[in-house]
Amino acid sequence: MDFLRPAGWEEALAAKAEHPTAVPIAGGTDVMVEINFDHRRPAYLLDLNRIPELHEWETGGDHVRLGASVPYTKIMENLRAELPGLALASHTVASPQIRNRGGVGGNLGTASPAGDAHPALLAAGAEVEAESVRGTRLIPIDEFYTGVKRNALQPDELIRAVRIRKADGPQQFSKVGTRNAMVIAVCAFGLALHPGTRTVRTGIGSAAPTPVRAGAAEEFLNAALEEGGFWDSGRGITPSVVRRFAELCAAACDPIDDVRGTAGYRRHAVGVMARRTLTWTWESYRDASKGGA
Amino acid sequence: MPFPKLSTAFGQGGTPTGVPTKITQGSRTRGGVGESTLRPDGILKVTGEFAYSSDLWHEDMLWGQILRSTVAHAEILSIDTSEALATPGVYAVMTYDDLPTEVRHYGLEIQDTPVLAHGKVRHHGEPVAIVAADHPEIARRAAAKIKVEYKELPIVTGEASATAPDAVLVHENRTDRYIGHVPHPNILHRQPIIRGNAEQAARKADFVVRGEYHFGMQDQAFLGPESGLAVPEEDGGVHLHIATQWLHSDLRQMAPVLGLPPEKVRMTLAGVGGAFGGREDLSMQIHACLLALRTGKPVKIVYNRFESFFGHVHRHPATLSYEHGATRDGRLTHVRARIVLDGGAYASASPAVVGNAASLGVGPYEVDHVDIEALALYTNNPPCGAMRGFGAVQACFAYEAQMDKLADAVGMDRVEFRRLNAMSQGSVMPTGQRVDSPAPVAELLRRVKAMPMPPERQWESSEGADVRQLPGGLSNTTHGEGVVRGVGYAVGIKNVGFSEGFDDYSTARVRMEVVAGEPVATVHTAMAEVGQGGVTVLAQIARTELGVARVTIHPADTRVGSAGSTSASRQTYVTGGAVKHACELVREKVLELGRRKFGSRHPAWATAGLLLEGGKVVTDGGEVLADLVDVVRGEAVEVEEEWRHRPTEPFDPRTGQGDGHVQYSFAAHRAVVEVDTELGLVKVIELACAQDVGKALNPLSVAGQIQGGTAQGLGIAVMEEIVVDPRTAKVRNPSFTDYLIPTILDTPTIPVDVLELADDHAPYGLRGVGEAPTLSSTPAVLAAIRDATGLELNRTPVRPEHLTGTA
Repeated sequence: MDFLRPAGWEEALAAKAEHPTAVPIAGGTDVMVEINFDHRRPAYLLDLNRIPELHEWETGGDHVRLGASVPYTKIMENLRAELPGLALASHTVASPQIRNRGGVGGNLGTASPAGDAHPALLAAGAEVEAESVRGTRLIPIDEFYTGVKRNALQPDELIRAVRIRKADGPQQFSKVGTRNAMVIAVCAFGLALHPGTRTVRTGIGSAAPTPVRAGAAEEFLNAALEEGGFWDSGRGITPSVVRRFAELCAAACDPIDDVRGTAGYRRHAVGVMARRTLTWTWESYRDASKGGA
Repeated sequence: MPFPKLSTAFGQGGTPTGVPTKITQGSRTRGGVGESTLRPDGILKVTGEFAYSSDLWHEDMLWGQILRSTVAHAEILSIDTSEALATPGVYAVMTYDDLPTEVRHYGLEIQDTPVLAHGKVRHHGEPVAIVAADHPEIARRAAAKIKVEYKELPIVTGEASATAPDAVLVHENRTDRYIGHVPHPNILHRQPIIRGNAEQAARKADFVVRGEYHFGMQDQAFLGPESGLAVPEEDGGVHLHIATQWLHSDLRQMAPVLGLPPEKVRMTLAGVGGAFGGREDLSMQIHACLLALRTGKPVKIVYNRFESFFGHVHRHPATLSYEHGATRDGRLTHVRARIVLDGGAYASASPAVVGNAASLGVGPYEVDHVDIEALALYTNNPPCGAMRGFGAVQACFAYEAQMDKLADAVGMDRVEFRRLNAMSQGSVMPTGQRVDSPAPVAELLRRVKAMPMPPERQWESSEGADVRQLPGGLSNTTHGEGVVRGVGYAVGIKNVGFSEGFDDYSTARVRMEVVAGEPVATVHTAMAEVGQGGVTVLAQIARTELGVARVTIHPADTRVGSAGSTSASRQTYVTGGAVKHACELVREKVLELGRRKFGSRHPAWATAGLLLEGGKVVTDGGEVLADLVDVVRGEAVEVEEEWRHRPTEPFDPRTGQGDGHVQYSFAAHRAVVEVDTELGLVKVIELACAQDVGKALNPLSVAGQIQGGTAQGLGIAVMEEIVVDPRTAKVRNPSFTDYLIPTILDTPTIPVDVLELADDHAPYGLRGVGEAPTLSSTPAVLAAIRDATGLELNRTPVRPEHLTGTA
């Protein structure tokens, strides 16, 4: 195994172009586990740790441009206001040591359905900034996950950053695991209210071959909120609407039975989390509206 | 705050019956018995400086690697090692055919385990070949190049498949001592316990409850994986530095396979990172020595976590069917039970586990009519053997669920129902053994119930819900929705020491001499310190018995006689007893020496009752007769002695009658849980424990043992389970990613109430501590979850799907 250690971003892109099978490694919290278990033995490891810009973030405009290697700890500490859903998700990642090393770029690169960041990114709305010697392109998060542990990156591309829409309303993230910390998701759910566009977005983790949005549930809820004038009135959402939304979220799952949980449980739990996170975010929205009135 | 508090109270909450042992000799010497002296290894372990067996290093050493079977049950058609042997850096590859003698099997009791697979593998992960190379990665890759051709055989995985008429036999041609008593060759051992007439008694029962319970396969999950270093010696022997629970037991099994006389196999205990029963059997001991002897070089083997899951036995999964009856006034009429333990592919400690499950199968209750059958199966599942609680754990989970059911049927309070039927000193066990030391079962239950309850809805704060206090924790699954509190109680009984007639002794060598102008005691035993705090306690005993400040604990090795196993809650009792005994003999010799040297100077030398205190010989009135330095200067005093507790008897193979156990220990728990009833997630808020320890030699260590055992019991209640695929008998979760053990956020506050009621038969009146709290913790948590959910929950661990109807 060859270890490539570019000193800068351009050099990294050149190395990736030259060795398209090279596996990028930053925090190493995914890649090293795979190597230690001998699940993969790449010919080249491409170490991105000497590239400072990957650890930086920018908050100008209506997006956060989050460097691929910004560790979860920094997101929790510094981006709670701009990215509340992702900050909550970051808090559930593994242990403090792992959160000090791991970043969103790794979650996206691995594209495991169990990655904790995915539901939050899907709910917030994001674009993956992929770069190669050929140039930069922005991949909408909805198009990024292409299969189990597969993503839309070309072999010569590296993730430079993620551009995540700044929160314009309450966001929530819930994750079910069978212990109270340091656990891989049995399933997870992210929800973001976007009062600016009067839309609700969702993200489901570990309950389908890829992270997914509950499209039908979103459409149903968006329509129901609009028709009922809820965004303006700030009334509590009718329980039957919440219930139907939860059912549609559960129906959006395509889970499997595995050692961490049953498919039936995953579907059930996503429904419960959908109901609760919608209730929590809507309560926050109402409180904020009242505060503004 | 989410962090567990150490809250220990000794003898709080009322006046117990019985009295703790009063100590005269050494009572004025600091750091003796009864003090919470700190462990010498504590700070090193917390700061990461402690040298574990995996840290061993030797110049020019090679690394050993084991190739394990990828299937559970198969004939080995061929093994091709040529490519592995041709790998640069590889020094040796060995298979069954390369073993040096005709002794090619080993085992704790039954020698049924091949050192390397012989023509057949019987479980997933069985060692097939071993490799030594100059780098661990080269060894690993070379092992992967060994080509093994398997022809898969049908598997047996449970009682139905194992005892079917056409069942494939896991071991053909058995010759062990149990084969005559078992109804099927895939049943390893069967122990009935018959007392009174359960069938007749059942007719007098006003209430009868039945249940079938399932106990999952728990792993010891010690943090220091199996590891050791074998160094060839000039005399043709080998010196093994090893993390184990019992040096001499390893030695006894290793030497014949290596073809060496026992004195040429030297064993020194290396740093042990936990054991919990999982190091009672051999793991890499023989493999490392074989490779060292073959290559003439030191060989180190360290398992990684993945391999560790295959490298040691686990706790037996069990199916337990119970019938309990009671009269209208709440008296137990009878208990009938059938306990089926899955022993997996090799015997390990299964026969003794069966003996425990059977003899302790009704729990700490008085029942005159008992009919119990316990058995262990041979299957193609991973081998199971010793783990903290040893058969008593599975039974406690079932009989305590039954006691709740029966209390409800009778219409009595669950704790009062237990107290009414609780055994006490003088009670007769189902084995016919009279309990002849304190058995404060009712008192422990009373105390644990009387402890203050944790406040309701403690997650609520002015800033909203503190999710750390709620089920799901920081995963943010509830802010209080669906959360219901439940409370549950349980009590258990565990034997201390090795039972059923086993010659369970320990050996201690104690020396008193003057070093740098000070009297110093050296204590040399082969006791494995596995984290239990034994070295701390042995030093305390020596200080108390010899009245000296300085005690050196010699590293444990086989240059001294056997200490027996660090298991069965026995080391403080048995090796502590041996050290106490040896110290007493040293003390006599020291006093004799003093009389010889100084007897003429003071008439008190002629009296009995002289004590060693604070480095001096004193009268029982405290008058100083001489400095120990002056007494032993130039004449070191040394004693090596074996020490035994009272003998036990085997259980009758048909009736289970016999005085089979040395001592019993008791603990009771109250669990308080919050269950998210919609998501099926559990947060254990508090696990209060009351335990009788006879005499707390080191109160801080006692609290640590109780809290540790409690946490391990919590683990099997709500998360810990090795999942074996029933279609393939392969382990599905051999990693800490998917075998979950409790984190600090899962560990509740564990208030501990310790009783000290002396057992007059034991040194200082002590009672083994380590296992009892592991028993009652699990059923208390299960009872609390049942209380919160109203569900029956007949299996452990409880998973979210069991609480949400989505299993």
